[in-house]
Amino acid sequence: MSTAVAAGAHAHEHHELGFIRRYIFSTDHKVIAKQYMTASALMAILGGLAAYLIRWQLAWPETDVPGWGPFGPENYNAYITMHGTIMIFFVAMPFLLGAFGNFLIPLMVGADDMAFPRLNALSFWTLTVASTILVVSMFLPEGPAAAGWTGYAPLSANALYTGVHWGQNLWILAIAAEFASFLMGGINFLVTTLNMRAPGMSLMRMPLIVWTEVTASVLFLLSVGPLIAGAIMLFLDRTMGTGFFLPDKGGDPLLWEHLFWFFGHPEVYVVALPGFGIMLEILSVFSRKPIFGYKMIVYSTITTGILSFVVWAHHMFVSGIDPRLATPFSITTILISVPFAILVFCMTATLYGASIRFTAAMLFALGGLITFILGGVTGIFLGSASSDIYMHGTYFVVSHFHYVLFPTVFFGGFGGLYFWYPKMFGRMMNETLGKIHFWGTFIFFNCVFIPLFFAGLGGTPRRLYEFSNYEMLAHLQPLQVMATWSLIGLLIVQLPFLFNFSYSMFRGKVAEKNPWHANSLEWTLDSPPPHPNFPTPPRVYHDPYEYSVPGMSEDWLPQDQPMPVGAATAAGK
Amino acid sequence: MSAAQASAGTTMAPEVVETDSLHQIPLGKVAIWWFLASEIMVFGGLITSYLLMMFAHGGFAEQAVHVKWKLGALNTLVLLTSSMTMILALASARKKDLEKTRMFLGITVLLGLTFLVIKIFFEYIPEIGEGFTPASGMFWSFYFGMTGLHGVHVFGGIVANFCLFVYTMRKVDWSLLERRVEYAGLYWHFVDVVWIFLFPLLYLT
Repeated sequence: MSTAVAAGAHAHEHHELGFIRRYIFSTDHKVIAKQYMTASALMAILGGLAAYLIRWQLAWPETDVPGWGPFGPENYNAYITMHGTIMIFFVAMPFLLGAFGNFLIPLMVGADDMAFPRLNALSFWTLTVASTILVVSMFLPEGPAAAGWTGYAPLSANALYTGVHWGQNLWILAIAAEFASFLMGGINFLVTTLNMRAPGMSLMRMPLIVWTEVTASVLFLLSVGPLIAGAIMLFLDRTMGTGFFLPDKGGDPLLWEHLFWFFGHPEVYVVALPGFGIMLEILSVFSRKPIFGYKMIVYSTITTGILSFVVWAHHMFVSGIDPRLATPFSITTILISVPFAILVFCMTATLYGASIRFTAAMLFALGGLITFILGGVTGIFLGSASSDIYMHGTYFVVSHFHYVLFPTVFFGGFGGLYFWYPKMFGRMMNETLGKIHFWGTFIFFNCVFIPLFFAGLGGTPRRLYEFSNYEMLAHLQPLQVMATWSLIGLLIVQLPFLFNFSYSMFRGKVAEKNPWHANSLEWTLDSPPPHPNFPTPPRVYHDPYEYSVPGMSEDWLPQDQPMPVGAATAAGK
Repeated sequence: MSAAQASAGTTMAPEVVETDSLHQIPLGKVAIWWFLASEIMVFGGLITSYLLMMFAHGGFAEQAVHVKWKLGALNTLVLLTSSMTMILALASARKKDLEKTRMFLGITVLLGLTFLVIKIFFEYIPEIGEGFTPASGMFWSFYFGMTGLHGVHVFGGIVANFCLFVYTMRKVDWSLLERRVEYAGLYWHFVDVVWIFLFPLLYLT
C-alpha cells in the first residue's frame, strides 16, 4: 500500500462497518462529500423559498403570497437576512468546498482519503449543528436574525432595534459553528494537498480545481479570524452589556464593518475560486484542448487571493470612513480585476480553435463564464469610489453580486454535478433534461437581474420592502414585477433537474469509468470509486491537460500513463 | 516517429518528477501550523481593534491603573515557566523517559491551572466586586473580552495536556506520543505568546 498515506489512512481496516458507521458517521471523503451536497441542497430550498417571498413582496406589496400566506414588513428584514446567510454560508460553501473539494481533492492528487478522515466527519457534523441552530432560530416567537447577512451594528448589537433577541444571538452562534466547520475542513484540504500527493504529482501537475480549492481554503483560514473576534465582541455587546459597537457606550459601529468586511471580501473569493475551478476542468475536457496558460492561471489565482486581503473597504466607501482611505482602496479594487481578467482570458483562449462538445456540463461552464463577465465588469463601477457613491445600497449592487455569485455557485456547481455525477453515483444523467435545465436557468436568471441593474441605476434602494413612498421610483415598478415573474420561472425550471438527479440515480444509464474521456486521476477509477480509492498506488507522468496531442491516436491521455514516443507535449511538462 | 509507432504504445523513459519537500513534514505538524495561523488572525483582530480604539478614543490609561499588574506579572512568569516545562516534556519524550515526560506534562497542567486560578479568583472576581465589569467602559470590555478568550484557550491547552498526561500513565507508542507532545507544545507556546502581547497592552499601558 502507498506509504505516503500511512499516517492518515484507515485503508487496512477491512472489517465490516455497520450502516451507521458506513453512511451516517462515515469518515470516507466521498460519503462526506455527498453529505455536504445533501445539506446544501436542503438549505438551498430554504434560501430559494426566502427569495420567492422577498421577490413577491417587492412586486406586489402587502398581498398574500401563494403557497405561503400573509407576508408583511415585519418579516421582510428577517427573510433577506436568512436568504443571504443561508445562500453564502450554508449553500455556496458546503456545495463548492464541502462537496466538490472533499470528493475531488484526494482522488485528483492520488490519495486514498483526506489527511484527517475523522476531522473531516467532524467538520460535516459541526455544519449540521450550525444549520440546525439557524433553522431553530427561524421558529422563535420574535423570529430569526433581522440585521442583514452583514449584521451591521448597532442594528445587530442592540436587540431594541430589530426587536429580535435570541434569533440574532443564535445567528451569531450558527455562523461561529459554520466557521469552525470550514476551518477544520480547510486544514484537511491544505494538508492533504501539500503532503499526500502521489509520486509524480508535483504541484504544477495538479488539476486547476485543486489549486482553486486550496487557495480558497487558505483565504478562509487567514481571513475568518478577525470576524471571529468581531462575532465574540458582538455577542458580548448583546449579552454582557459591553459596547464595542454601540456609540452610546463609547463604541464604534465602523469597527464592526471593518472586521466583517476584512473577512467578507476574501470570502467572496473563497466562493468564486472553486466555482471557477470547476469551470476550468469542464472547459478543457469538452474543448478537447489543454487549458490555455496553466501557470498564468495558478499565479493569477494566488495573486487574487493575496490582493483580496487589501480591498475590503470598497464595501464601506459611504459608511463614514475617512475619505482619504477611498483612494488606496479604489486602486487595489481596480487592481484585483486584473488577475481575474487574466483567468477569464485564459478560459476564453482555451475555447479558440477548440472542438467543443456542448454537453449540459459544458453549457453550464460557458454560461457561467459569460454571466460572470457581466458581473465582473459591473464591479468596476462599484470599485471606484466616485461612482460607488451613487450606486452603493441600490439594486445595482444586488445585481452585481448575484451576477458574480450565481454563476460561480450555481452554474459552476450544476456544471460540476453534471460532469462528475457519473463518477459520484455510477450513472449518467439525462442530457436532454440537463439542456432544458441549463437554458431555463440561464434565461430566467438573466431576466431576474438585468431589470434590477436598471432599477438600481434609477435609484431603487436595497433592503426596503416596498417603494410606494417614493414617487420617483414608481415608474420602475414594472422592473420589479418582471424580476419576480422571472424568479418564479427560475425556481420552476429547477424541477426537471431535481427529477433528473433523483431518477438517474436509480434508472440512469450505468456509467463506465471514463465517459467523458478526461485525463485526471479520478477517471481512471471505477464509477463510483472503491474504498480505498486506489487499489494500486498511481504514478503521475504529466499534467491533466494533454488533450489532442499531435502524433497520438487518441485525443486524450490520462495522467497515469506516460507520453508515448513521437507525441509532442503540449506544455513541455 | 509516425502515428503508427505512437499508437503501438512504445514509451520512452517516463518522466516522473519527484514531489516536493513537505512529504517529510508529518501531517499533524502542517495541520497545527495552519490552525495556529488562523488563531493568530483571531487574536490579531482583537488586538488591532483594541489598539485602534485606544488611539481613537483615549481614556484607557485612566482605567488601566485599576488592573492588578503585580498578579499579571506573576501570571506571566507562571505561563513562561509552563512553556519551559512543556519543552522539557518534549525533550523527555524524545529520550523515551516516561516518568520525566509524565512529570513535566503534569507540572505544565498545574501551572496552567495556577494561571486560571489567579486570573479568575484573584483578578476577575475582585475586579467585579470593585465595580469593574465588562460593561464598565471600552477598556474593561476589551480587558475581559481579550483575557477571557485567552483564558478559554488556556483551558483548552490544559485539557489537551491533561489527556497526554493520562496517556503516559500506561504503555505508550513513543512515536505517537512524541508527535502529539510536540503539537500540544506548539499550541501551548502560541497561547503563551498571545499572553506576552496581552500583558503589556492591558497591564502596562
